[in-house]
Amino acid sequence: MASTSDLDKAGSIRRAPEGFLDPAQIAEVTAGRRGFLRNALLMAGGAAAIASTARAESSGDSNILELPVHSKSLGQPVAATGYGQPSKYERNLQRRESPGLTRVSAASVSFTPLQGTFGIITPNGLHFERHHQGWWDIDPSKHRLMINGLVKNPLVFTMDDLMRLPSVSRMHFIECGANTGMEWGNVAVPTVQYTHGMLSCCEFTGVLLSTLLDMAGFDKKNGKFILAEGADGSSMTRTISMERALDDCMVAYAMNGEMLRPENGYPLRMVAPGIQGVSWVKWLRRIEVGDQPWGTKDEVIHYIDLMPDGRHRQYTSIQECKSVITSPSGGQTLLDKGFYNVTGLAWSGRGKVKRVDVSFDGGRNWQTARLESPIQSKCLTRFNIGWKWDGGPAVLQSRAIDVTGYVQPKINQLRAVRGTRSIYHNNAIQSWKIAESGEVANVQVY
Amino acid sequence: MSRFTDLLLALTLCAAGGAGAQADRYPGIGRAATPAEIRAWDIDVRPDFKGLPAGSGSVAKGQVIWDEKCASCHGTFGESNEVFSPLVGGTTAEDIKSGRVKALQEPMARTTLMKVSSISTLWDYINRAMPWNAPKTLAVDEVYAVLAYLLNLGDIVPADFVLSEKTMQQVQDRLPNRNGKVKYDGLWSIRGSADVRNVACMKDCKLESGLASALPDFARGTHGNLADQQRLIGPARGVDTAKAPVSAAKPVSRSMSELATKNNCSACHQLDKKLVGPSYKDIAARYKADDTAESKLVDKVKKGGGGVWGPIPMPPNALKDEDIRALVHWILAGAPE
Repeated sequence: MASTSDLDKAGSIRRAPEGFLDPAQIAEVTAGRRGFLRNALLMAGGAAAIASTARAESSGDSNILELPVHSKSLGQPVAATGYGQPSKYERNLQRRESPGLTRVSAASVSFTPLQGTFGIITPNGLHFERHHQGWWDIDPSKHRLMINGLVKNPLVFTMDDLMRLPSVSRMHFIECGANTGMEWGNVAVPTVQYTHGMLSCCEFTGVLLSTLLDMAGFDKKNGKFILAEGADGSSMTRTISMERALDDCMVAYAMNGEMLRPENGYPLRMVAPGIQGVSWVKWLRRIEVGDQPWGTKDEVIHYIDLMPDGRHRQYTSIQECKSVITSPSGGQTLLDKGFYNVTGLAWSGRGKVKRVDVSFDGGRNWQTARLESPIQSKCLTRFNIGWKWDGGPAVLQSRAIDVTGYVQPKINQLRAVRGTRSIYHNNAIQSWKIAESGEVANVQVY
Repeated sequence: MSRFTDLLLALTLCAAGGAGAQADRYPGIGRAATPAEIRAWDIDVRPDFKGLPAGSGSVAKGQVIWDEKCASCHGTFGESNEVFSPLVGGTTAEDIKSGRVKALQEPMARTTLMKVSSISTLWDYINRAMPWNAPKTLAVDEVYAVLAYLLNLGDIVPADFVLSEKTMQQVQDRLPNRNGKVKYDGLWSIRGSADVRNVACMKDCKLESGLASALPDFARGTHGNLADQQRLIGPARGVDTAKAPVSAAKPVSRSMSELATKNNCSACHQLDKKLVGPSYKDIAARYKADDTAESKLVDKVKKGGGGVWGPIPMPPNALKDEDIRALVHWILAGAPE
């Protein structure tokens, strides 16, 4: 029998059942008296249970001292779920709509829970959504891509064709032009999911647009623009400059190691690195080469930036350098005083992030944060910096600088030029106020 | 067959196969689009009217279609804000003359007719995406008619107007906001430069605002309970927005006990045990019925006192007045944790 003194030692290892039997008892078992063995095991188990209850009160954490059921019984088999799902304990991290932002959920947005993601890759199931006329799960065997307009050879590709062509895999962020658009005048939403969650980042795989344009023999003299068009009801259309199309645009069929998700354009979407998400046309069916921009609905009526003089800026596309602290962030309560790893994301539509500074006193003093690799062009970059919270009030901010030397602006600097009604392209420094209670709130301080 | 026709045939096949110098690099991939396929999909209409099909539709015909297919979302007069932003409103006869919608300088909601600067855009969009639940089902003439009616609702064309490929330019010349757009190269071109500049000050930087904006307490619950939107482990938990803001109670008491500690009050006083001086709870109990206790005790903390609780006097304390008042207030409330 196991002695109580052995079991009382915190962290001691319980012996295997064989160890509870002395040689004489083992002889009885081998002689066929199995009933004796069962009784011996029951007794040993009972002693252990009594001992561990006592221990939990005196010797340490019951999560350590009392072995949980998963350590003492059989777990689930392989392929219990053919496509794995996150732990049930992660169910709080969901894409969510911002109530009141739109009136029809088929023409709406769901936001990525940036407060809960790590590193720079957005899990496919948490990638933000923006649909203009609902989403579809399109049969890929029936999907076609056409290239026409100012080309020698108008072409049609099947998915089979596209997936035979030389592919590239590249990591890029995608940000809606209206991300943070609710905050031009004042703070409006409580958490980073709603302030910055129209932002995601994937490794995309597909064919460079230049490859397809070359195959079609595009007009190099007059072909100044391309039109990307979707196959959904809205047949979403956006003009992209030929210069950009040839630079790094791609026609992508995969994200993060699997085919695109239906909500993200399955089976084919445009990837237009550095420019706003609306140009990354989903369910891509057609590319036309032309000599003028198309002036589509989302270039003339929406995705235009209203300036203080009443004029609209048109064809604003680039997502300028921006950053945000994702933890701690609005709507959270810090556990206690002491050490915290302050972490966040930085990105620039003009290239790589060069540096991120963090302030804990509302922008008066700044320290340079650590950038995690990889640091890639037009891709999210993760930054981290240590902080000891003394329990007093604090205002946390991050400020990114990109390779062009551009420094992420303050909201008042943006307002001085663009007013408060432009909706799009708000890349202001975000402030999170930490109250003495540990509660973190969205505020504006500049 | 002559060698000439052979050659012609070969050239034709070559073109039909989509072959070119580049296509040859990837043999067997892609094929030529047929003219009928291109016609079926190439539906875009540009601001210079390239792509605009011939056809026509009257305001009167447009009204019939509108009432049947459009009004349920957009309202009988295009004014509805129920499903989508209003289409009509906010433009004036003066705007039609100037080509700039004056109301855009005011802080007001924007309608489609206030914003649109190219009439082709509306034609293209109605044709490709409307009606909302049955896009691409309107005939060309119906698209002209619906657009004619919409323009009439906005007083841009008269009630007897017929919109056609020939009259589109007339409408363009009357669009209230036709001069209201600027193509902004700074956020378009790869070489575009920024219009807003910050500098990376590192130390003792100048601030221009205090707390300029914060969510009001009544807005706490607008996005659901935030406790359910944060991870259950890690450095923080979600704020339980089903409960009242803690800013009113908890942070004050917590900071009070810290304020007391910081100012060495706790060297002599504890919450519920007599130390050198009386406990906070005992003080609160003694002065429970005394209306003048607060001012009395503020004075005592400031100047020092003795004789009430025993032989050891309290020395004068050099705290800020507002801190003393806050501490006394907190102690008389029983020093809540």
